[in-house]
Amino acid sequence: MDRRKYLKTLAVGTVGAGVLMESCKPETAKEVKDAAAPAALNYDRTPAELQHEAKLQAETFFDAHEMKTITVLADIIIPKDETSGSASDAGVPDFIAFIVKDMPRYQVPLRGGLAWLDLQCMNRFNADFASCTPQQQIEMVDLIAYPEKAKPELKQGVAFFNTMRDLTACGFFTSKIGIADLGYAGNKPNQWNGVPPEVLEQYGMKYDERTLEISVKFDA
Amino acid sequence: MPEFQIKKTQKAYDVCIVGSGAGGGMAAYVLANAGIKVVLLEAGPLYDPAKNVTQLKWPWESPRRGASTPYRNFGDFDAAYGGWELDGEPYTHKDGTKFDWFRSRMVGGRTNHWGRISLRFGPKDFKHRSIDGLGDDWPIGYDDVAPYYDKVDKLVGVFGSIENFDNEPNGIFLPPPRPRLHELFIKESGQKLNIPVIPSRLSILTKPINKDRGACFFCSQCNRGCTVHADFSSSSVLVKPAIATGNVDIIPNAMVREVLTNAEGLATGVSFVNKDDKQEYTVTAKTVILAASACESARLMLNSKSSRHPNGISNSSDVVGRYLHDSTGAGMGGIIPKLIGRKRYNEDGVGGMHVYTPWWLDNKKLNFPRGYHIEYGGGMGMPGYGFGFGMQGTNGKYPGRDGVQKEAGGYGASLKDDYRYFYGANIGMAGRGEAIARIDNYCEIDPNTVDKYGIPVLRFHYKWSDYEINQAKHMKETFQEIIHNAGGVVTWGNDGTAENQYGLEAPGRIIHEVGTTRMGDDPKKSAVNKHNQAHECKNLFVVDGGPFVSQADKNPTWTILALAMRASEFIIDEKKKQNL
Repeated sequence: MDRRKYLKTLAVGTVGAGVLMESCKPETAKEVKDAAAPAALNYDRTPAELQHEAKLQAETFFDAHEMKTITVLADIIIPKDETSGSASDAGVPDFIAFIVKDMPRYQVPLRGGLAWLDLQCMNRFNADFASCTPQQQIEMVDLIAYPEKAKPELKQGVAFFNTMRDLTACGFFTSKIGIADLGYAGNKPNQWNGVPPEVLEQYGMKYDERTLEISVKFDA
Repeated sequence: MPEFQIKKTQKAYDVCIVGSGAGGGMAAYVLANAGIKVVLLEAGPLYDPAKNVTQLKWPWESPRRGASTPYRNFGDFDAAYGGWELDGEPYTHKDGTKFDWFRSRMVGGRTNHWGRISLRFGPKDFKHRSIDGLGDDWPIGYDDVAPYYDKVDKLVGVFGSIENFDNEPNGIFLPPPRPRLHELFIKESGQKLNIPVIPSRLSILTKPINKDRGACFFCSQCNRGCTVHADFSSSSVLVKPAIATGNVDIIPNAMVREVLTNAEGLATGVSFVNKDDKQEYTVTAKTVILAASACESARLMLNSKSSRHPNGISNSSDVVGRYLHDSTGAGMGGIIPKLIGRKRYNEDGVGGMHVYTPWWLDNKKLNFPRGYHIEYGGGMGMPGYGFGFGMQGTNGKYPGRDGVQKEAGGYGASLKDDYRYFYGANIGMAGRGEAIARIDNYCEIDPNTVDKYGIPVLRFHYKWSDYEINQAKHMKETFQEIIHNAGGVVTWGNDGTAENQYGLEAPGRIIHEVGTTRMGDDPKKSAVNKHNQAHECKNLFVVDGGPFVSQADKNPTWTILALAMRASEFIIDEKKKQNL
């Protein structure tokens, strides 16, 4: 949604989800069409699950403006650094777009939180969050990113940002690049021979004689 | 021709088994190998983890990153079809009480996703009334079951260690895996507190035991089902080889309605609705074995009314459905600051804990009569949905990599590094305890409600007593001590109050429900005899958790398997003697 449309919605005095959706209808319709062909899942699914997945994939919840805002926020929360790419590089906005359909309990808090954020930015900077300058965006985020020092009147924003932080981090660290970044080393056939010796040493630990004697061991 | 008709299956069977989980699978295995013709009815579809694969999938392959759904309550990759609620198959509650009922509708039932914790009951567990005056003694003792535990150990495979505890019997064990790093911290903490922390006992093959099943390759995903059948699930370890004998016909998607009886009150077979073609069928058999789960088998018996069995089959005692009890459960978790910023390596290990704590105290000195065991978790597991949630509750509490304490919450490169930094430093623990079986905790037929097949449904009535609540309080106090002595800080679960029953989980949540068709010598006080045989219908047997008189501080599966094997051998004997 562009700023003029947004101001118009504000002018009628109702920032409810229905109004926002109404004003974004053409984009929504297009997205439904794009999502109509369900992506294949490569793991065991029952017929009821396949039906459910197809239904979810055909739905669209967030409009283009909301997705734009989510993407900006996600990349503020998890930016590119020397180790790995950003939240949007890892597909986090798509994950969030899906999870609100899969878990409808997120819908009102996120949609409402995005509207809250836009309204705050309108009041402060005369622009919705996504249209603010990067400096303005950070100024706004600083007000809601630290639960223990945020002003009481901004607590709703804190709750929204906590949810965004959770979903962004979770979406990132469960993605391919996020798992590589984290260094999770499993999910492959292997033989467990216990904690590596240098790690035991680091913590001043060792396996007692009996444990070594009775436990299964494999040739290195 | 009427539009509605009941079709008879042509073949007559020696034995009809209802349910293919631990009990039904074992009965099918033992009987089929003795040359007995068996029909095995299962309310869900066929399932083989070698074909129905979710193992070794990555979180990003699931659009919800492995989160649970109404179809998979334990996560998108979990093996169980079913859950706490099944579409069109409700259950209800009485007097505002709570009981959550988990049902897996699939070949192998709940053994496809279970924790593989394979504990024998001890000598005291069969005779607890003699010790504390509560509940009832079993009509059998440890010595009656021990030979079957031995056979189950050898047939199925279980790892563990010989400890010679008096009420935690030794088994025939495969070698256990070495503890993970956080488990060494827990073990050390236990030593300081005089709490035993010993190798866990899980039915996972750390060594191959036959040519049909592979050995564990340490992916930690037993709950997804194992493609090489290296863990115990009834589907792959019992049902599959039972069918291979040629003596078992399996009918999937068969929702059994009732046990059919003749004028003498003997079982003649069962009627069922086929979920695929929605038609009604009957199947005849000389012996009927119920193994549909404790509550489902009780439901079947209560719904099987006839002139000879007006109160449900073999239920003139009015015991069927009563004495329902689940294990107690409470949990707590924390962070071990020493493990923050730890070195990465693959520590997946087997599915679940490598160490556990069996019950170690004397209840005579405590304000609750029965014990609990402790299960442990933690470490560098595969991230999934929920990973990193609540970082604002963690990253403001500990100095960061640079030694500086920062403001909780945040965003950006510094926050991104926090997830790496705190990864793998968490530990968690859960108590699983024994509840007292009581006549006023029960399931019964709801007089007003049927499921989508027209079968009257169960209505539950269940309340915890102070015994269970005091036990949960003790669990919480112990967990806190263990975490503190491991150098850790509690991060969740330290919220026990009298009002929330010290975090005691709602009945049913531990999915160990037993007792609904309990065994005994007195037909007025029990539903089946010590051979799992119905007192008032000699060719009807129940081999799931229903016949348990009491559910020990263990997990029920190993005892279900042992008793199902024992009952099946009894059936074979009785058939030889032409008593069945």
